[in-house]
Parts: sequence; structure tokens; C-alpha cells
Amino acid sequence: MKRFLMAAAATALGASSAAADIKVGMITTLSGGGAGLGIDVRDGFMLAISQSGRDDIEVVIEDDQRKPDIAVQLSDKMIQSERVDVMTGIIWSNLAMAVVPAAVNQNVFYLSPNAGPSPLAGKGCHQNYFNVAWQNDNLHEAAGAHANGAGYSNTFILAPNYPAGTDALTGYKRFYEGELAGEVYTKLGQTDYAAELAQIRASGADSVFFFLPGGMGISFLKQYANSGIDLPVVGPAFSFDQGILQAVGDAALGVVNTSQWNKDIDNPTNAAFVESFQAEFGRLPSLYASQGFDTANLLISALEAADPSDADAFREALRAADFDSTRGDFAFGPNHHPVQTIYAREVIKEGDVFTNKIIGTALENHSDAYAADCKM
Amino acid sequence: MSTILIIEQVLNGLQFGVMLFLMAAGLTLIFGVMGLINLAHGSLYMVGAFAAAAVAGATGSFFLGLVAALAAAALAGAVIEMVVIRRLYAAPHLDQVLATFALILIFSEGTRWVFGSFPLFLDIPVGLAGPVTLPGGIEYPLYRLALIGIGLAVGLGLWALIERTRIGIQIRAGENDREMIAALGVDISKLYTLIFALGAALAGLAGALVGAIQSVQVGMGEPVLILAFVVIVIGGIGSIRGAFIGALLVGLTDTLGGVFLPELFKLFMETGAAQKSGSAIASMAIYILMGLVLVWRPTGLFGARG
Repeated sequence: MKRFLMAAAATALGASSAAADIKVGMITTLSGGGAGLGIDVRDGFMLAISQSGRDDIEVVIEDDQRKPDIAVQLSDKMIQSERVDVMTGIIWSNLAMAVVPAAVNQNVFYLSPNAGPSPLAGKGCHQNYFNVAWQNDNLHEAAGAHANGAGYSNTFILAPNYPAGTDALTGYKRFYEGELAGEVYTKLGQTDYAAELAQIRASGADSVFFFLPGGMGISFLKQYANSGIDLPVVGPAFSFDQGILQAVGDAALGVVNTSQWNKDIDNPTNAAFVESFQAEFGRLPSLYASQGFDTANLLISALEAADPSDADAFREALRAADFDSTRGDFAFGPNHHPVQTIYAREVIKEGDVFTNKIIGTALENHSDAYAADCKM
Repeated sequence: MSTILIIEQVLNGLQFGVMLFLMAAGLTLIFGVMGLINLAHGSLYMVGAFAAAAVAGATGSFFLGLVAALAAAALAGAVIEMVVIRRLYAAPHLDQVLATFALILIFSEGTRWVFGSFPLFLDIPVGLAGPVTLPGGIEYPLYRLALIGIGLAVGLGLWALIERTRIGIQIRAGENDREMIAALGVDISKLYTLIFALGAALAGLAGALVGAIQSVQVGMGEPVLILAFVVIVIGGIGSIRGAFIGALLVGLTDTLGGVFLPELFKLFMETGAAQKSGSAIASMAIYILMGLVLVWRPTGLFGARG
């Protein structure tokens, strides 16, 4: 009996590995403070895979715990023992920098559903690396452009003191034309902003731009609302995504933020995505979920045209980006980063749920500042 | 840099300091009396915040949320003391660190299992919302003033408990010689559970109070835990008075350093670079402070044991 069971198990294993022709390795953050982002990317990605009805795609999902060393271990395991064809999933830029260059040099394709650090868009670009979300600076550049349009001329800007924070303020300043009332780098992971709020109050600014992803943004907004400072706030979508808006509450109402995606972008793919995501998971999708969904659909579109074993044909198929994106038209620039429209959104309340509404376009067909440095 | 701004920043430093004190008080009591390094103290802070957010969300009352935070954290503290910690008193510190680190992971993933991965909402009570104008025209959030008041009141209460009550005498005796007070007929294991629950309740209270102006999410306790360890090392391990002075020192150094060091650097650097290097040095300031204090007094400001 025991022997029979083992034989059956072996047959089942054999059958499943024969059916799974394509192996995808997803390394993302599923535990710890940043888990909400990874879970959204994973859910969006897997939703697209299951909607495609393809059972020949096997997705191996691992949790990086937001730690670069663990991400590197997982990536080695996926490439060397799991022998994946395509990798995806990383949320944080420091993890992407630790994993992506080594992976693409071992002839694995990497599709980024989130992190877009500037080296990978410029000098360190690679023919096997595709970013489906944005280059890190993009949403901040759009916030700068929006500030010009809104007539702000004396902005106070702040971001955490780490590479993506520096990129954020650089990106904002690249497009913003007014004066700076102040420029502050906070500690990464800081949760109390009383000192910064006092500086903002004393600075005579006419507006505030901040990049504080995740919990840092929740803390900042709640304390800002309670400080009595009454200046308009602009930020990238990262502090206003569906996952954290409910935790901020009324403090976020009316804040303008920039994003390449929103649930009210009017196209059939997006409408179907929002509806099916809500039906499947019982919550509204965030921009991270939309990025995961688009990444999977890009992969599926390329698999329909070519097999990853034929690397050149598969790469061409990815570059063509012949899929229906939740953002409408989707195209890659020469450095394999999206060329896309970035919108200004406003936080509103629909019934009991806080969410975003598009109020205008911040930048149209926007590429990034590093494409010219990319030679591939 | 106006006087108003400086006073405001000093208040911010004080507020940060008294909240750190709530965390550090429990940590230092537990280390002082039981000789135990409890890394899971930050998890109790998180338990308090989640309990407050859940109850305040369900009932609409922040006060009930606070009560729930105290109760939940004290209960969690008592349970882990009886189930896990009790087996560790005789163990070397490395075993304690390993076991309490495991507790961090269990609490974090358990909280995620119950509440999900997305941060919870907890807002300050309506009566304490918004700023008040202090003498001199300083606009300051009322809630933060309330935090300073609560922190000072708890400090005073702890002092009275330790110096003026029978339990306080037992706690102090336990710090000095735990075999002796056991021999004198004090139920030492009950005392330990009580102290652990008290420390946990203070951490839970801090979590709930601070959670209302920050984000209530998994992993929120660990950054505070590190600062609380800095506080008790500066203040002297086991000393409540040391924890209080240490917490205020750390709060003020961290807040004022973050504001004034970049300003100082601007005198001889251009603005952007001064901001970056100033804030980098500022985030080291409390550790530099800790180093200096330890050079001057190796057992901390009020530390008795070496």
C-alpha cells in the first residue's frame, strides 16, 4: 500500500512538472511591516495568471522579509535549484539592487512589478530587465509638475534619508520651478514628525511635498492634520494607496497625490480588473495590485509569442508589450521602463471607504531622466 | 531660529521622552528584578496599540480603547511570563534573547493572522484634537500636551508604588537579593508575574497612546524597543529614576539634534548637503550620548550593578 502511494505521488509530481513548462520565481515581501505591498503585488499577479486559464505556468512564491540578504539567498535558490525562467516580485529598491543585476547576468528575465532604482534605468540597464511599474523618480517628477500647475511657489519638501528618498526630492526638484521653503531628510522608519512639523510651521511655506512610504506616511498625515498647519499637501501615491488610506482616515481627505494608475481610469481592462479583484479578495485593489496584474499580463502576452528558451524572441515579445494594461496604452522606452501618463489624484470618501479620484493629468507620455545613459 | 520654535521643539523632545519612559520603565523593572532581557517588550507595545485600535474602532470610544490596551497587554505579559519566561530566569542571557526573539516573531505573525497585513486606524479623541495656543503664542497640539501629562503622572505613580507601598518594598528587595526575599516567605513567582504584567501594561499604554498619532501596524514595537534599551543603558539598568532621566535625555537629544545639527552644518556647507549630513549625524546622536555616558559612568547614570 505504501509503495503504491509513493508511486502515485511520483506520478503526480511527474505530471505536474510536465504540465508546468514555464517557471516563474516571485520574491516579494509577505511578512513584517511592508507586507501589504508584497501581498497586493502577489494577489494582482496571481489573479491575472488564473484569469488567463493557463496551467503551464508555475509560480514559486517566496517571502524576502524585506531583507536584502534573504532576497539574495532566495534568488540563488530559484536560479540554481528551481531553474526559473523569469523572476519578479521585489518591492524595495535596495533589495532589487542586490538581486536583479546578478539574476539578469545569469540569463534569467526579470520583470519588476514595483522597484525602479535609477541605476537600473541608466548605466546599469540590462536587456533582460523590464520594469512594468515606473522609474523611482517618476511620480515625484509628476508631483513637481503638478505643483507648478497649482501655482505653488514656496514648497517645503521632506523625505527619508535613504537612496529612494534622495531620488524623490531630486525628482521633485527636477520639475518644480518655484522656491524651496525648506528641505529636510528624516530618519528612515521615523514615526514622530513633531520636529519637522514645527519647522514647516516656521518656514513660511505655501505648500508641502513629502515622500514617506507606508507607515511613515500614516504617522505624518495624522500628525499633520492635528498640528493646525493648513497648507496644501502633495505627494506620490505611495502614502495614499488603498492599503493605508483607511488607517489615515479623514486626515488624508483632499490631499493631491500622483499615480500612474487609479481605479477610475476608464478602460475595459481596468474595470474588469477592479471588479474581479474586489470579488476575489474582498478589498479594493491598490496601485501595487495593478502593477502585479500588469506584470503577469505582460508575461502571458510574451509567452504567447515566444518561449523563454528562445531568449531573443522572448525578449522581443516582452519589448512589444502587446497586452491590455489597466493603465490603457502601455509601451516601453529604450531602457525597458514604461513611457506613460501620470495622473494627479485626490483622496475622497466613497461611502465608508477612503479612496482616490483622478482630477487631472500631471505628466503626459513621461519617460525618465536616465534613459539616455542606458546602452544595451 | 525663533524662541517659539525652540520652545516647541523642547516640548516635542519632552513628549517623546515621556513616551519612551513608559516603555523603558517596564523593561528596566524586569531586568532589574528578574535579571531577564525581554526583547518581546516591543511586541507588548504593539499588542496595546492593536487592542486599542480594535476596541476604539468597535465602540467609538478612545477611553475604552485605552482600557482594553492596558488589559490586553497586561494579560499577554502575564501569560508569556507564566508559559515561557518563567523557565528562563536561571538560563543564560543568550537563551533569554533567543526565546524572547522567538516571541517577537510569534506575536508579529499572530497579530497579522488576526488583524491582517494592513495598518489599522486609531485616531485621537475628539476632545483632544487640534492645537491649543500656549502663553507666548506657541501653537501646540493638545494631544501631545496630554501625552506629556500622562507620562509624568505615570512616572509619579510608579515612584509612589516603588517607594511607598509594600509591593514596592518587595520589588526593591527582589532587586537586591531574590533568594533572601523568597526565604522570607514572599511568593516570588507571583511577584514576578505581577511585575511582568505591570511592565507589559505600561508598554501597552504607550503603544495605544502613541498609536493614535502614528501608524498601528505589525512590527511597530521594534524600533521603540531599541530606543528603550538605549534609555535603560544610559539611566542604569534596574533604576526607574534612571529610566526617567535617560528617557528625557534621549527624547531631547534626538529631537533637538535632528533640528539643530543640520542648521549648524549650514553655517559651513550648502543647504542640501548640510541637510543630509546633519540628519545623518543627528540619527547617531543618541548613540554617541550613550557612549559618552558609559565612558563617564560604566553602569549608567543611576546604575547600581556592574
